[in-house]
Amino acid sequence: MSFQTGRGMSHSFGGLTNIIRLTQDPVFLRALTNTGIFLVVQVPIMIVLALLFAAALNNPKLRFRGFFRTAIFLPCVTSLVAYSILFKSMFASDGVINDLAIALHLMDAPISWLGDPFWARTVIILAITWRWTGYNMIFYLAAMQNVDKSIYEAARIDGVPAWARFVYITLPMLKPVILFTTVISTIGTLQLFDEVNNITMGGPSDSTLTLSLYIYNLTFKFMPSLGYAATVSYVIVILVAVLSFLQFLVARDRKA
Amino acid sequence: MTRIFAQLRLGLVYGALSLAAFVSIFPFFWMLVGTTNTANDIIKGKVTFGSALFDNIANLFAQVDMLQVFWNSAFLAIVGTILTLAISSLAGYAFEMFPSKTRERVFAVLLLTLSIPFAAIMVPLFVMMAKLTLINTFTAILLPSIASVFIIFYFRQATKAFPHELRDAAKIDGLKEWQIFLYIYLPVMRSTYAAAIIIVFMANWNNYLWPLIVLQTNDNKTLTLVVSSLASSYYPDYGVVMVATVLATLPTIIVFFLLQRRFVEGLTGSVK
Repeated sequence: MSFQTGRGMSHSFGGLTNIIRLTQDPVFLRALTNTGIFLVVQVPIMIVLALLFAAALNNPKLRFRGFFRTAIFLPCVTSLVAYSILFKSMFASDGVINDLAIALHLMDAPISWLGDPFWARTVIILAITWRWTGYNMIFYLAAMQNVDKSIYEAARIDGVPAWARFVYITLPMLKPVILFTTVISTIGTLQLFDEVNNITMGGPSDSTLTLSLYIYNLTFKFMPSLGYAATVSYVIVILVAVLSFLQFLVARDRKA
Repeated sequence: MTRIFAQLRLGLVYGALSLAAFVSIFPFFWMLVGTTNTANDIIKGKVTFGSALFDNIANLFAQVDMLQVFWNSAFLAIVGTILTLAISSLAGYAFEMFPSKTRERVFAVLLLTLSIPFAAIMVPLFVMMAKLTLINTFTAILLPSIASVFIIFYFRQATKAFPHELRDAAKIDGLKEWQIFLYIYLPVMRSTYAAAIIIVFMANWNNYLWPLIVLQTNDNKTLTLVVSSLASSYYPDYGVVMVATVLATLPTIIVFFLLQRRFVEGLTGSVK
């Protein structure tokens, strides 16, 4: 794999020129910041939501479990492009979301969702959360069903309240799965492309431009500069490596 | 008092779940309603069924050679799924069944590649495909994906739960290795295969970035690419787009509901 990337690099034989260009490229910095924002805001929200839903659905006495589980998982069967387009049309400036929010008195005037940098980012985050929460939830649900029921029974008899059972039994038991999904989600967010390309195309004024989209633009849209695109690619590789390593470290610390 | 609290909490749980279910399902409803409305109504946020369904369908088929496009997507998804499962499940089986020291090293290298994002390899991969003159062919789509490390890993994990006594017994009965795989392993692991089919079929059917780069002529475009290009024009006809989105979403929904029962079973790694 590194051999392949090496070939991509050798196209522009310029030593460090690409790296120097990288440090002076404001668009790259913006793409990096945007990707960072998506990562820091979206992944925790989604993981917490998925855990809570999984915990609620794991209760065997709950009615309509099958319905809730299927409903929350359903977004995962849509294609990334298809749901991006649905979200784009729902968040149109006089579209259905504005109508609904005004009807419910959540806000007074329609918001130009895709025209404002802050709200455009919010839409992207909402969209990804909608698509992937159910996916993560299924992993947690599957793992929760493998936890020995007698542990909960014993804790209940000892008078441990439900929230404490969740924090002190469920979470530690699920740690490997949580780590796995966090790493997968981190990698996924670092590669974010389909959604931004179809909902906002990186706009307004690059406020939702991600690293993947920037690489794509560099390679296939503007003047093709494969060498520089490969340099930006390396940033993603390094980020993934560092973040995965950090996540493993954090997970190990808690064990001690 | 505690009873009231318990009741309240249960109500809260149901409320949260219902809200989540509503939010999850609403875009699907929106998509269906959208197929029956004109582009103007969709942008205005009309949430009732209209009467433009047949116009939208007719417009879509007038603009795009839908049969060809649908066939392209179906071909890539089905052939891709079969090849991926064949290669990756064999590899996963072999990784678990034939222990050796080098095996673990090879496997560690494979796992390492999992953490390399696609965006990072897409430029060199494109250059490679260009040198092999495979640009704009289905081979270029299928080749990089059929040996999926993720699926190999998944099958290896699942194979750990496969009872080794079954294999030993079959060996004593004189079955060859490929017979064991075909007649014993495959039927026993059908839940695992079902979950893998869902994952791989969806990934192939929904694949966007790589086909966007590689497939360049209209007769090779997949449904996902067509949906995206229909929606990215300056004044997209959303009615037409919605019909195309429904067509793009239906196959994955059907596959999911056909195999759903086995899906969670397969993920939990149960063997029957």
